[in-house]
Amino acid sequence: MTIKITSENFQKEVMESPIPVILDFWAEWCRPCQMLGPIIEDISNELAGKVKVGKVNVDEEGLLANQYRISSIPTVMAFKQGKPTAQVIGLLRKEDLLKRLGL
Amino acid sequence: MYDVLVVGGGPAGISAAVYLQRFKLKVIVIAKDYGALGQTTHIENYYGFEAPITGKQLVESGFAQARRLGVEVNVGEEVLAINGSEPFIVKTNIKEYHAKVVLLATGMSRPSLRVKGFTTLQGKGISFCGICDGFLYRNKRIGLVGSGDFMLEELDVLKNFSKNITIFTHGEPLKVDVKEFAVITEPIIELLGPETLTGLKTSNHQYELDALFIAAGTPSASDFAMRMGAFVNPKNEIEVSPTFSTNIPGLYAAGDCTGGLLQISKAVRDGAEASLAINKYLKTKTS
Repeated sequence: MTIKITSENFQKEVMESPIPVILDFWAEWCRPCQMLGPIIEDISNELAGKVKVGKVNVDEEGLLANQYRISSIPTVMAFKQGKPTAQVIGLLRKEDLLKRLGL
Repeated sequence: MYDVLVVGGGPAGISAAVYLQRFKLKVIVIAKDYGALGQTTHIENYYGFEAPITGKQLVESGFAQARRLGVEVNVGEEVLAINGSEPFIVKTNIKEYHAKVVLLATGMSRPSLRVKGFTTLQGKGISFCGICDGFLYRNKRIGLVGSGDFMLEELDVLKNFSKNITIFTHGEPLKVDVKEFAVITEPIIELLGPETLTGLKTSNHQYELDALFIAAGTPSASDFAMRMGAFVNPKNEIEVSPTFSTNIPGLYAAGDCTGGLLQISKAVRDGAEASLAINKYLKTKTS
Protein backbone atom coordinates (compact mmCIF):
# COMPACT_ATOMS: atom_id res chain seq x y z
CA MET A 1 0.00 0.00 0.00
CA THR A 2 1.30 3.41 -0.91
CA ILE A 3 0.35 6.65 0.82
CA LYS A 4 -0.65 9.82 -1.00
CA ILE A 5 1.75 12.51 0.15
CA THR A 6 0.63 16.15 0.13
CA SER A 7 2.14 19.31 1.60
CA GLU A 8 -0.29 18.81 4.53
CA ASN A 9 0.89 15.36 5.57
CA PHE A 10 4.51 15.66 4.37
CA GLN A 11 5.89 16.72 7.78
CA LYS A 12 4.21 13.86 9.63
CA GLU A 13 4.55 11.07 7.08
CA VAL A 14 8.02 11.83 5.70
CA MET A 15 9.98 14.15 8.01
CA GLU A 16 8.86 12.48 11.24
CA SER A 17 8.75 8.90 9.95
CA PRO A 18 10.66 6.47 12.20
CA ILE A 19 11.35 4.21 9.19
CA PRO A 20 12.91 5.13 5.80
CA VAL A 21 10.56 6.62 3.21
CA ILE A 22 10.49 6.28 -0.59
CA LEU A 23 8.69 8.99 -2.53
CA ASP A 24 7.57 8.55 -6.12
CA PHE A 25 7.07 11.91 -7.87
CA TRP A 26 4.68 11.24 -10.74
CA ALA A 27 1.82 12.52 -12.90
CA GLU A 28 -1.18 10.98 -14.66
CA TRP A 29 -0.06 11.95 -18.15
CA CYS A 30 3.49 10.62 -17.86
CA ARG A 31 3.74 7.18 -19.47
CA PRO A 32 7.02 6.12 -17.87
CA CYS A 33 5.38 7.05 -14.52
CA GLN A 34 2.47 4.73 -15.33
CA MET A 35 4.89 1.88 -15.99
CA LEU A 36 6.72 2.61 -12.74
CA GLY A 37 3.46 2.63 -10.73
CA PRO A 38 3.10 -1.15 -10.32
CA ILE A 39 6.81 -1.45 -9.44
CA ILE A 40 6.39 1.13 -6.65
CA GLU A 41 3.26 -0.70 -5.47
CA ASP A 42 5.27 -3.96 -5.42
CA ILE A 43 8.03 -2.38 -3.36
CA SER A 44 5.51 -1.04 -0.86
CA ASN A 45 4.10 -4.53 -0.32
CA GLU A 46 7.46 -6.24 -0.20
CA LEU A 47 8.99 -3.83 2.28
CA ALA A 48 5.82 -3.21 4.32
CA GLY A 49 6.73 -2.29 7.89
CA LYS A 50 10.37 -1.63 6.97
CA VAL A 51 10.00 1.18 4.45
CA LYS A 52 7.13 3.59 3.93
CA VAL A 53 6.24 4.26 0.29
CA GLY A 54 4.52 7.49 -0.73
CA LYS A 55 3.40 9.00 -4.01
CA VAL A 56 3.54 12.71 -4.82
CA ASN A 57 1.41 13.88 -7.72
CA VAL A 58 3.43 16.79 -9.14
CA ASP A 59 0.33 18.31 -10.76
CA GLU A 60 -1.30 18.72 -7.37
CA GLU A 61 1.82 19.24 -5.27
CA GLY A 62 3.88 21.73 -7.24
CA LEU A 63 5.40 23.13 -4.04
CA LEU A 64 6.84 19.80 -2.94
CA ALA A 65 8.13 19.13 -6.45
CA ASN A 66 9.79 22.55 -6.45
CA GLN A 67 11.21 22.14 -2.98
CA TYR A 68 13.07 19.00 -4.04
CA ARG A 69 13.95 20.42 -7.47
CA ILE A 70 12.17 17.68 -9.34
CA SER A 71 13.03 18.40 -12.95
CA SER A 72 12.11 15.15 -14.63
CA ILE A 73 9.53 12.52 -13.84
CA PRO A 74 9.37 9.85 -12.71
CA THR A 75 11.79 10.74 -9.92
CA VAL A 76 12.05 8.50 -6.86
CA MET A 77 13.64 9.81 -3.66
CA ALA A 78 14.67 8.01 -0.47
CA PHE A 79 14.52 9.73 2.91
CA LYS A 80 16.03 8.63 6.20
CA GLN A 81 15.07 10.60 9.31
CA GLY A 82 13.64 13.30 7.13
CA LYS A 83 16.80 13.73 5.06
CA PRO A 84 17.01 12.87 1.36
CA THR A 85 19.57 10.09 0.92
CA ALA A 86 19.11 9.17 -2.75
CA GLN A 87 17.41 10.38 -5.90
CA VAL A 88 16.77 8.25 -8.97
CA ILE A 89 15.42 9.64 -12.23
CA GLY A 90 13.57 7.66 -14.89
CA LEU A 91 12.00 4.25 -15.26
CA LEU A 92 14.07 1.44 -13.78
CA ARG A 93 13.50 -2.22 -12.98
CA LYS A 94 12.67 -2.97 -9.36
CA GLU A 95 16.06 -4.48 -8.46
CA ASP A 96 17.99 -1.59 -10.04
CA LEU A 97 15.75 0.97 -8.40
CA LEU A 98 16.15 -0.54 -4.92
CA LYS A 99 19.92 -0.80 -5.37
CA ARG A 100 20.22 2.81 -6.44
CA LEU A 101 18.01 3.92 -3.57
CA GLY A 102 20.36 2.10 -1.19
CA LEU A 103 17.64 -0.29 0.02
CA MET B 1 -4.85 0.11 -39.96
CA TYR B 2 -1.57 -1.76 -40.35
CA ASP B 3 -0.76 -4.95 -38.49
CA VAL B 4 2.85 -3.90 -38.10
CA LEU B 5 4.64 -0.61 -38.64
CA VAL B 6 8.42 -0.94 -38.77
CA VAL B 7 10.48 2.14 -37.98
CA GLY B 8 13.80 1.81 -39.80
CA GLY B 9 14.75 0.20 -43.10
CA GLY B 10 18.07 -1.43 -42.27
CA PRO B 11 18.79 -5.16 -41.99
CA ALA B 12 16.68 -5.68 -38.84
CA GLY B 13 13.64 -3.77 -40.09
CA ILE B 14 13.62 -5.18 -43.62
CA SER B 15 14.33 -8.72 -42.48
CA ALA B 16 11.39 -8.53 -40.06
CA ALA B 17 9.13 -6.98 -42.71
CA VAL B 18 9.91 -9.73 -45.24
CA TYR B 19 8.94 -12.46 -42.77
CA LEU B 20 5.87 -10.54 -41.57
CA GLN B 21 4.67 -10.16 -45.15
CA ARG B 22 4.99 -13.92 -45.59
CA PHE B 23 2.76 -14.36 -42.55
CA LYS B 24 0.21 -12.40 -44.61
CA LEU B 25 0.28 -9.42 -42.30
CA LYS B 26 -0.18 -5.85 -43.48
CA VAL B 27 3.25 -4.29 -43.04
CA ILE B 28 4.75 -0.88 -43.69
CA VAL B 29 8.39 0.14 -43.29
CA ILE B 30 9.20 3.79 -42.67
CA ALA B 31 12.84 4.66 -43.24
CA LYS B 32 14.17 8.16 -42.76
CA ASP B 33 17.25 7.45 -44.88
CA TYR B 34 19.84 4.75 -45.54
CA GLY B 35 20.97 4.75 -41.93
CA ALA B 36 24.45 4.12 -40.59
CA LEU B 37 24.82 1.13 -42.91
CA GLY B 38 24.31 3.40 -45.91
CA GLN B 39 27.53 5.21 -44.95
CA THR B 40 29.62 2.05 -44.95
CA THR B 41 31.80 1.76 -48.02
CA HIS B 42 33.07 -1.80 -47.70
CA ILE B 43 31.23 -4.86 -46.45
CA GLU B 44 33.31 -7.99 -46.62
CA ASN B 45 32.18 -10.02 -43.64
CA TYR B 46 28.55 -10.65 -44.49
CA TYR B 47 27.53 -14.07 -45.74
CA GLY B 48 27.27 -14.81 -49.42
CA PHE B 49 28.93 -11.89 -51.19
CA GLU B 50 32.06 -12.89 -53.03
CA ALA B 51 33.19 -9.33 -53.70
CA PRO B 52 32.87 -6.46 -51.20
CA ILE B 53 29.68 -4.43 -51.51
CA THR B 54 28.80 -0.99 -50.22
CA GLY B 55 26.28 -0.40 -47.45
CA LYS B 56 24.21 1.69 -49.82
CA GLN B 57 23.94 -1.20 -52.29
CA LEU B 58 22.90 -3.59 -49.55
CA VAL B 59 20.28 -1.21 -48.13
CA GLU B 60 18.85 -0.45 -51.58
CA SER B 61 18.70 -4.11 -52.37
CA GLY B 62 16.86 -4.68 -49.07
CA PHE B 63 14.25 -2.04 -49.96
CA ALA B 64 13.81 -3.62 -53.42
CA GLN B 65 13.52 -7.13 -52.00
CA ALA B 66 10.84 -6.11 -49.49
CA ARG B 67 8.90 -4.18 -52.16
CA ARG B 68 9.01 -7.10 -54.58
CA LEU B 69 7.42 -9.25 -51.89
CA GLY B 70 4.67 -6.68 -51.40
CA VAL B 71 5.85 -4.69 -48.40
CA GLU B 72 5.12 -0.97 -48.47
CA VAL B 73 8.49 0.78 -47.96
CA ASN B 74 8.50 4.55 -47.50
CA VAL B 75 12.00 5.97 -47.74
CA GLY B 76 12.60 9.60 -46.80
CA GLU B 77 9.72 9.74 -44.33
CA GLU B 78 10.55 10.52 -40.72
CA VAL B 79 8.69 9.24 -37.66
CA LEU B 80 8.28 12.07 -35.15
CA ALA B 81 6.12 10.62 -32.41
CA ILE B 82 4.46 7.37 -31.38
CA ASN B 83 1.38 7.74 -29.20
CA GLY B 84 -1.48 5.62 -27.92
CA SER B 85 -1.31 1.89 -27.51
CA GLU B 86 -3.06 -1.00 -29.21
CA PRO B 87 -3.35 0.54 -31.74
CA PHE B 88 -0.38 2.86 -31.77
CA ILE B 89 -0.70 6.19 -33.54
CA VAL B 90 2.49 6.92 -35.43
CA LYS B 91 3.01 10.49 -36.55
CA THR B 92 5.48 11.22 -39.34
CA ASN B 93 6.47 14.41 -41.14
CA ILE B 94 3.87 13.44 -43.78
CA LYS B 95 0.90 11.77 -42.10
CA GLU B 96 -0.46 9.63 -39.29
CA TYR B 97 -0.62 5.83 -39.25
CA HIS B 98 -2.41 3.37 -37.02
CA ALA B 99 -0.72 0.06 -36.29
CA LYS B 100 -1.40 -2.84 -33.94
CA VAL B 101 2.32 -3.48 -33.48
CA VAL B 102 5.31 -1.17 -33.78
CA LEU B 103 8.80 -2.56 -34.33
CA LEU B 104 11.63 -0.13 -33.59
CA ALA B 105 14.66 -0.89 -35.77
CA THR B 106 16.29 2.50 -36.24
CA GLY B 107 19.83 1.54 -35.43
CA MET B 108 21.95 2.92 -32.65
CA SER B 109 21.25 6.26 -31.09
CA ARG B 110 24.00 8.80 -30.91
CA PRO B 111 24.67 11.19 -28.03
CA SER B 112 22.93 14.34 -29.13
CA LEU B 113 25.04 17.12 -27.65
CA ARG B 114 28.75 16.83 -27.02
CA VAL B 115 29.39 19.87 -24.87
CA LYS B 116 30.70 20.47 -21.36
CA GLY B 117 28.06 19.90 -18.69
CA PHE B 118 25.78 17.75 -20.84
CA THR B 119 26.36 14.49 -18.99
CA THR B 120 26.40 15.90 -15.45
CA LEU B 121 23.23 18.00 -15.83
CA GLN B 122 20.99 15.30 -17.32
CA GLY B 123 17.85 15.08 -15.24
CA LYS B 124 18.91 18.30 -13.50
CA GLY B 125 17.37 20.66 -15.98
CA ILE B 126 18.28 18.82 -19.18
CA SER B 127 15.41 16.79 -20.51
CA PHE B 128 14.77 14.62 -23.56
CA CYS B 129 11.01 14.59 -23.24
CA GLY B 130 8.74 17.62 -23.40
CA ILE B 131 5.60 15.66 -22.71
CA CYS B 132 7.22 14.09 -19.60
CA ASP B 133 8.88 17.13 -18.09
CA GLY B 134 7.48 20.26 -19.74
CA PHE B 135 4.87 20.66 -17.03
CA LEU B 136 7.58 21.09 -14.40
CA TYR B 137 8.72 24.26 -16.17
CA ARG B 138 5.44 26.12 -16.43
CA ASN B 139 6.19 29.77 -17.22
CA LYS B 140 9.91 29.19 -16.79
CA ARG B 141 12.76 29.98 -19.21
CA ILE B 142 13.06 27.03 -21.55
CA GLY B 143 15.75 26.34 -24.12
CA LEU B 144 15.08 23.86 -26.92
CA VAL B 145 17.91 22.34 -28.96
CA GLY B 146 17.10 21.29 -32.51
CA SER B 147 16.58 22.56 -36.02
CA GLY B 148 14.08 20.30 -37.80
CA ASP B 149 10.70 18.60 -37.53
CA PHE B 150 11.57 16.81 -34.30
CA MET B 151 12.30 20.17 -32.66
CA LEU B 152 9.01 21.57 -34.01
CA GLU B 153 7.15 18.60 -32.52
CA GLU B 154 8.69 19.26 -29.09
CA LEU B 155 8.02 22.99 -29.45
CA ASP B 156 4.34 22.22 -30.00
CA VAL B 157 4.26 20.43 -26.65
CA LEU B 158 6.42 22.90 -24.74
CA LYS B 159 4.57 26.04 -25.79
CA ASN B 160 1.59 24.84 -23.77
CA PHE B 161 3.73 25.24 -20.67
CA SER B 162 5.73 28.40 -21.30
CA LYS B 163 5.89 31.30 -23.72
CA ASN B 164 9.50 31.95 -22.77
CA ILE B 165 11.21 29.52 -25.14
CA THR B 166 14.47 30.02 -26.99
CA ILE B 167 15.50 27.67 -29.77
CA PHE B 168 19.14 26.75 -30.16
CA THR B 169 20.03 25.13 -33.48
CA HIS B 170 23.60 24.48 -32.26
CA GLY B 171 25.27 25.59 -35.48
CA GLU B 172 22.74 23.93 -37.81
CA PRO B 173 20.66 25.98 -40.24
CA LEU B 174 17.00 26.19 -39.19
CA LYS B 175 15.11 23.76 -41.45
CA VAL B 176 11.57 24.62 -40.37
CA ASP B 177 9.47 27.73 -39.97
CA VAL B 178 9.34 29.04 -36.41
CA LYS B 179 7.35 32.09 -35.45
CA GLU B 180 6.97 33.78 -32.04
CA PHE B 181 10.18 32.34 -30.60
CA ALA B 182 13.80 33.48 -30.62
CA VAL B 183 16.16 31.30 -32.63
CA ILE B 184 19.87 31.23 -31.86
CA THR B 185 22.03 29.52 -34.47
CA GLU B 186 25.46 29.87 -32.81
CA PRO B 187 26.92 26.59 -31.55
CA ILE B 188 26.50 25.86 -27.85
CA ILE B 189 29.87 25.54 -26.14
CA GLU B 190 28.96 24.89 -22.50
CA LEU B 191 25.98 24.12 -20.29
CA LEU B 192 26.11 25.94 -16.98
CA GLY B 193 25.45 24.37 -13.58
CA PRO B 194 26.78 23.06 -11.33
CA GLU B 195 23.89 21.65 -9.23
CA THR B 196 21.08 22.28 -11.68
CA LEU B 197 21.09 23.88 -15.10
CA THR B 198 21.26 27.66 -14.88
CA GLY B 199 21.94 28.49 -18.52
CA LEU B 200 24.24 27.96 -21.43
CA LYS B 201 27.08 29.63 -23.28
CA THR B 202 27.34 29.99 -27.01
CA SER B 203 30.40 31.37 -28.77
CA ASN B 204 29.19 34.97 -28.29
CA HIS B 205 26.63 35.05 -25.52
CA GLN B 206 25.41 33.60 -22.29
CA TYR B 207 21.73 32.68 -21.82
CA GLU B 208 19.95 32.11 -18.52
CA LEU B 209 17.65 29.10 -18.57
CA ASP B 210 15.69 26.92 -16.17
CA ALA B 211 15.53 23.94 -18.50
CA LEU B 212 16.99 22.72 -21.75
CA PHE B 213 15.07 20.21 -23.88
CA ILE B 214 16.97 18.22 -26.48
CA ALA B 215 15.30 17.49 -29.82
CA ALA B 216 18.26 17.60 -32.16
CA GLY B 217 18.30 15.61 -35.38
CA THR B 218 15.84 12.76 -35.60
CA PRO B 219 14.28 10.98 -32.63
CA SER B 220 16.05 7.70 -32.03
CA ALA B 221 14.48 4.39 -31.08
CA SER B 222 15.38 4.98 -27.45
CA ASP B 223 13.68 8.42 -27.56
CA PHE B 224 10.44 6.75 -28.62
CA ALA B 225 10.89 3.88 -26.17
CA MET B 226 11.53 6.18 -23.22
CA ARG B 227 8.49 8.36 -23.96
CA MET B 228 6.31 5.26 -24.22
CA GLY B 229 7.50 3.91 -20.88
CA ALA B 230 9.73 1.11 -22.12
CA PHE B 231 12.86 0.14 -20.25
CA VAL B 232 15.98 1.76 -21.69
CA ASN B 233 19.38 0.99 -20.16
CA PRO B 234 22.03 3.61 -19.30
CA LYS B 235 23.74 2.94 -22.64
CA ASN B 236 20.50 4.07 -24.34
CA GLU B 237 19.76 0.54 -25.54
CA ILE B 238 16.18 -0.69 -25.44
CA GLU B 239 15.75 -3.64 -23.11
CA VAL B 240 14.06 -6.53 -24.90
CA SER B 241 13.12 -10.10 -24.11
CA PRO B 242 14.71 -13.00 -26.06
CA THR B 243 11.85 -12.57 -28.56
CA PHE B 244 12.46 -8.82 -28.86
CA SER B 245 9.33 -7.65 -27.07
CA THR B 246 9.58 -4.68 -24.70
CA ASN B 247 7.60 -4.19 -21.50
CA ILE B 248 4.92 -2.34 -23.53
CA PRO B 249 2.43 -4.77 -25.14
CA GLY B 250 2.78 -4.57 -28.91
CA LEU B 251 6.06 -2.65 -28.90
CA TYR B 252 9.08 -4.56 -30.21
CA ALA B 253 12.66 -3.53 -30.92
CA ALA B 254 15.40 -5.23 -32.95
CA GLY B 255 18.88 -4.62 -34.29
CA ASP B 256 21.50 -2.17 -33.06
CA CYS B 257 19.00 -0.17 -30.95
CA THR B 258 18.85 -3.16 -28.60
CA GLY B 259 22.63 -3.34 -28.18
CA GLY B 260 24.82 -6.42 -28.39
CA LEU B 261 26.88 -7.22 -31.47
CA LEU B 262 26.55 -4.29 -33.90
CA GLN B 263 26.72 -6.38 -37.07
CA ILE B 264 24.45 -6.90 -40.06
CA SER B 265 24.21 -10.62 -39.39
CA LYS B 266 22.94 -10.05 -35.87
CA ALA B 267 20.44 -7.40 -37.03
CA VAL B 268 19.04 -9.76 -39.69
CA ARG B 269 18.65 -12.48 -37.09
CA ASP B 270 16.95 -10.07 -34.64
CA GLY B 271 14.46 -9.05 -37.31
CA ALA B 272 13.61 -12.64 -38.17
CA GLU B 273 13.20 -13.64 -34.53
CA ALA B 274 11.08 -10.57 -33.78
CA SER B 275 8.79 -11.30 -36.73
CA LEU B 276 7.96 -14.76 -35.38
CA ALA B 277 7.10 -13.32 -31.96
CA ILE B 278 5.03 -10.52 -33.52
CA ASN B 279 3.07 -12.99 -35.62
CA LYS B 280 2.34 -15.07 -32.54
CA TYR B 281 1.34 -11.97 -30.55
CA LEU B 282 -1.09 -10.82 -33.26
CA LYS B 283 -2.59 -14.30 -33.54
CA THR B 284 -3.30 -14.56 -29.81
CA LYS B 285 -4.85 -11.07 -29.91
CA THR B 286 -7.35 -11.99 -32.61
CA SER B 287 -8.21 -15.52 -31.46
